[in-house]
Amino acid sequence: MTEAAVRLEGVRHVYAGDPPVVAVENISIEASKGSFVSLLGPSGCGKSTILRVLAGLIAPTAGTASIDGQSAVGCYSLAAHMPQRDLLLPWRRVEANATLGAEIAGIPRAEARSLADRLYERFGLDEFVHAWPSQLSGGMRQRLALLRTFLMPRSTLLLDEPLGALDALTRREMQEWLENVWQSDRRTVLLVTHDIEEALLLSDVVYVMSPRPGHIVARIDVNLARPRRTSDIISPGFVELKERVLEALHMRP
Amino acid sequence: MRELLPAMIFVGLLLVGWEMWVRARDIPTYLLPPPSDLWQAFIDQRHALPVHIRTTLGEALLGLLCASLLGVLLAGLIASVPLIRRVLYPLLVISQNIPVLVLAPLLAVWFGFGMTPKVVIVVLIGFFPIVVNTTDGLLRADREIVELVRSMGANRWQIFRTVLVPSAIPSFFAGLQIGAAYAVIGAVIAEWMGASSGLGLFITRSQRAFRTDQIFMAVVVIALISVMLFASVRLLAHFAMPWNRDGVQVTKTT
Ligand SMILES: Nc1ncnc2c1ncn2[C@@H]1O[C@H](COP(=O)(O)OP(=O)(O)OP(=O)(O)O)[C@@H](O)[C@H]1O
Ligand SMILES: [Mg+2]
Repeated sequence: MTEAAVRLEGVRHVYAGDPPVVAVENISIEASKGSFVSLLGPSGCGKSTILRVLAGLIAPTAGTASIDGQSAVGCYSLAAHMPQRDLLLPWRRVEANATLGAEIAGIPRAEARSLADRLYERFGLDEFVHAWPSQLSGGMRQRLALLRTFLMPRSTLLLDEPLGALDALTRREMQEWLENVWQSDRRTVLLVTHDIEEALLLSDVVYVMSPRPGHIVARIDVNLARPRRTSDIISPGFVELKERVLEALHMRP
Repeated sequence: MRELLPAMIFVGLLLVGWEMWVRARDIPTYLLPPPSDLWQAFIDQRHALPVHIRTTLGEALLGLLCASLLGVLLAGLIASVPLIRRVLYPLLVISQNIPVLVLAPLLAVWFGFGMTPKVVIVVLIGFFPIVVNTTDGLLRADREIVELVRSMGANRWQIFRTVLVPSAIPSFFAGLQIGAAYAVIGAVIAEWMGASSGLGLFITRSQRAFRTDQIFMAVVVIALISVMLFASVRLLAHFAMPWNRDGVQVTKTT
């Protein structure tokens, strides 16, 4: 595919230290423009590491990483990165946190604010625009971090467990919501998760990773119709895909 | 106010005990005047005191202001230029162990007996805790937040402005608080080297006249001013960091 928005080839990363940690090994993945791709794997397999490489925060020990054909190594801000911790700035109100990325990307403040104004309701933050982050619940903090990521003028979003802080029920609800939000502007999404159903409900493609040192053990195309509903998880097509994922994870005999 | 009540009751009891003890044991007033004498001294001097208070407080405030400006500036340099950090930071920490007050006579030689040497003393006293704390705050900014903002495409200045400076504000106020606690004492002691007004001068004069009651009264006034200055800094911190207030409540707007 030539129109890949995200592409990694033979990426290996070793964290220096004593002993050095081989986080990921020979990772080759790609996401075509406007698609929703997930990285699924057990804790510590190097999912966040891959996103950090794409965000330009770490240079991989070997291999190449590019976004829209441009090398991501040593190059910040090619994609909008939402780290695993929400990393809200405690000294900025909700509105100023939401527009942080947009402001740094050079969008005038007033314009950024009006962009944000249109999305608060959708992100369930409309009553808290003037609140401080310390006044938000865990789920609200994540939605704010997500909103901040969405407001960055980038065509690729790197989301590191964006629903990680939610309880199982809210999480299902938010998955439907996230699909919805994504469908409204169709930017390329690379999502990290260790929730199998979440990956299948949201993605066009799921890459399954092995435990550390992480490598790709399966690439699974999810051809289920959209929009998907939580109830789809009991449909035969879904169950079959889930079995393939479990197999790849060696969680099935 | 409510939380100060126990302390105030304690002080009240202490004063009553002091008064009764001095009277019962018939202790001469030039050794230990009872609280009622201090009050009398205060009433007698109430027209003379404001000038002295104004002088001393002015020196303390001006000194703290200069210390803050200088301290913040230096902290910014130390935190952002590694070479300056490696040269200055150790020196700064070591210099904290030099008692600034031994410099007072020197300063009188250099700057005379006007306001300058007093302000310089206050600056020297207040400056260290401010630099050290602010630098610490700048250097301890959440590394992941810095990385996040960097990944958004921020340049060094933007990172400094949007992340480092706000994360150092609590530390700056912690330093300023320490400085404020010592600023008045610093000014008073500097005034002992020679001054034309100020609480330090008032104490020196009272001492020459063997007015122990006036010395005690001045000490109480100094303590009160120090406490007020300290409290003002806390209040300032409270307003400067609205996100950091205890008991921030979720307020729904609907
Ligand atoms: N800065 C670092 N220095 C050294 N080792 C690190 C560092 N960051 C991560 N690692 C190691 O690299 C491995 C992969 O980490 P990474 O955070 O990418 O995993 P992950 O798949 O995101 O895990 P999780 O699902 O728990 O978030 C882990 O074993 C971790 O211990
Ligand atoms: Mg992770």
